[in-house]
Amino acid sequence: MKKILAGLIVALLCFSAGQAFAGESIRIGAVVSVTGAASFLGEPERNTLIMLEDQINASGGILGKKLEIIIYDDETEVNKAVLAADRLIRRDRVQAGIGGTTSGNTLAIMNNFARAGVPLVSMAAAERIVNPINPWIFKTPQSDRHAVTRILKHAREQGHERIAIITVSDGFGQAGREVLRELVPEMGFTLVADEIFGPRDTDMTSQLTRIRNQSPDAVICWGTNPGPAVIARNRQQLRLDVPLYMSHGVASRRFIELAGSSAEGLLLPLGRLSVAEQIPEDHPQKELLTNYINDYESRFNAPVSSFGGYAWDALMLIKEAIEMGQSAEPRDIRDNLEKIQGFVGTGGIFNLSPQDHNGLDESSFVMAEIRDQDWIIVSE
Amino acid sequence: MDLGSILQYLISGLTVGSTYGLTALGFTIIFNATRVINFAQGEFVMMGGMLAVFFMASLEVGLFPAIFLAVACTTLTGVLMERLAIRPVQGANVINIIIITIGVSIFIRGVVMIFLGKDTFVLPPFFGTEAIEFLGAAVIPQSIWILLITMFVLAGLRFFFNNTIFGKAMLACSFEQKAAHLVGISVDRMVMISFAISALVGSIGGVILTPVTLTSYDVGILLGLKGFAACILGGLGNPFGAAAGGLIIGVLESFGAGFISSAFKDAFAFIILLVILFVKPSGIFGRAEIERV
Repeated sequence: MKKILAGLIVALLCFSAGQAFAGESIRIGAVVSVTGAASFLGEPERNTLIMLEDQINASGGILGKKLEIIIYDDETEVNKAVLAADRLIRRDRVQAGIGGTTSGNTLAIMNNFARAGVPLVSMAAAERIVNPINPWIFKTPQSDRHAVTRILKHAREQGHERIAIITVSDGFGQAGREVLRELVPEMGFTLVADEIFGPRDTDMTSQLTRIRNQSPDAVICWGTNPGPAVIARNRQQLRLDVPLYMSHGVASRRFIELAGSSAEGLLLPLGRLSVAEQIPEDHPQKELLTNYINDYESRFNAPVSSFGGYAWDALMLIKEAIEMGQSAEPRDIRDNLEKIQGFVGTGGIFNLSPQDHNGLDESSFVMAEIRDQDWIIVSE
Repeated sequence: MDLGSILQYLISGLTVGSTYGLTALGFTIIFNATRVINFAQGEFVMMGGMLAVFFMASLEVGLFPAIFLAVACTTLTGVLMERLAIRPVQGANVINIIIITIGVSIFIRGVVMIFLGKDTFVLPPFFGTEAIEFLGAAVIPQSIWILLITMFVLAGLRFFFNNTIFGKAMLACSFEQKAAHLVGISVDRMVMISFAISALVGSIGGVILTPVTLTSYDVGILLGLKGFAACILGGLGNPFGAAAGGLIIGVLESFGAGFISSAFKDAFAFIILLVILFVKPSGIFGRAEIERV
């Protein structure tokens, strides 16, 4: 009885798609942190994948075959991510993988995909995912390096020389700190202060006082909520009136709410998805971003986020690679991913190569300033 | 090192230290009544802030009614905790009761997380937002409110313990439960009141600090630990020593971050705690307990 029901449901689904697909479907597996600590990243990622699956199948699938995305929730736990990856590779026999949501989970499942000879496109940002290069592993978000470079280029345009940094003592902050300590001197600035705060710290006036005593031209803060919001408040309180750059880790409305009036005038690098309505009409990403935002917000009734964009880019890059090589064989997908040039995605324009498995650079960020509780682009 | 910086470290230390002190105060009051360390103390502080945020948003009331409701609800939670989790196991081993308080703290944290979410929230400052320049240091009005309210709470408790019959009865219980019971003091009721007062003091601490430090469902853990460290530093069983211990830890943390390294900020409280335990186990203001045989 159950089998008959299942068969009926499958049949119904096939008919309701309104498409007759040829032969076997193309199976892509995703390991996403839909629940758990990283759910605010994983949920929009899953939503985006479901939405795209419907859209692609409604317009004829890939190479005339039906696209089937198998999504497993790893609950932001490393063990579950590894189990999910194994299931996707062995049982579901997917031709390509997307995931994980977090850098930790990606690093944990990377080798399983590489060993099985299945390409994996990660939605996590850590540079270690693609450096050193593993032939089977790609990622869609920009690296910290790109964000730091974008900030420092802006600081140079403004004529700043003395830079102070304040970073959070967790994985995100310390990865940023390493890149900052490398690039600040390399790009010709002087690093005058290097302060650290704890992810749960509630008062950073001590650190900011130390920074103030070094009289920097600008301060760069690297962290995710709530720390940077406290720093913005403490800065206002101390009247530390040098420019304060934030990382892309606080590119959310929540940060502006938490920092309140002290967010005014802060600078940060943003992906164009966050400020889509402000980018010029002739920008290559304009139409794509506008469509994605409208589709997503009308279907899920929730604001779009750059995390969902990472999933969009991951899936569409795989689709592009399959169509380029007219083949959904895992090895061909991998080979063709490396050849993708000038691909317009939500995060930027991707130019992949055997030496670069991310394909973005600092031009994928715009510099924005927070004015009247909103982001205004100050430098394209 | 200029005077302005030193003053700045001192003020931010006192601000945060006030909350440590109020948390430590709660520990001490319950310890005196029951000989139990209540590890849900940090959760009372968290509830004060989180519930005030929740009431402001959901009932659309002003800041002060929301604060009043939050403090009242937390106090009620303290009473319920004593009634439902502590009293049923009366006479159990102290260690068992301490483990129950840890269970209660995990439960409270979980409930708040499910109903109010995992986000960070903020309350508006009570009066005034402009920082005041003072000898080269910047003071936000909220810092002054925090210190004033903390002093006020301390003075109120002092009056309560020294001048009211309930307070004296509680003191009597803390000295000798059996004797207190014999002269007609209801020990049960005193224990309940001690939980109510601890929750009240803790939630006031949470509410006054939230405009400065923001709050989320999990801020209670570290506050509880630091409050406990403050308690040991000041001498377990001495409420005003505990409050002083909190202020001292706050100030030392702030100076440690300012003069030594911000990377070890959280470690300072616990380093101090270990040193004190080695050198003077009864704490700075505590008297060594005399074991009668």
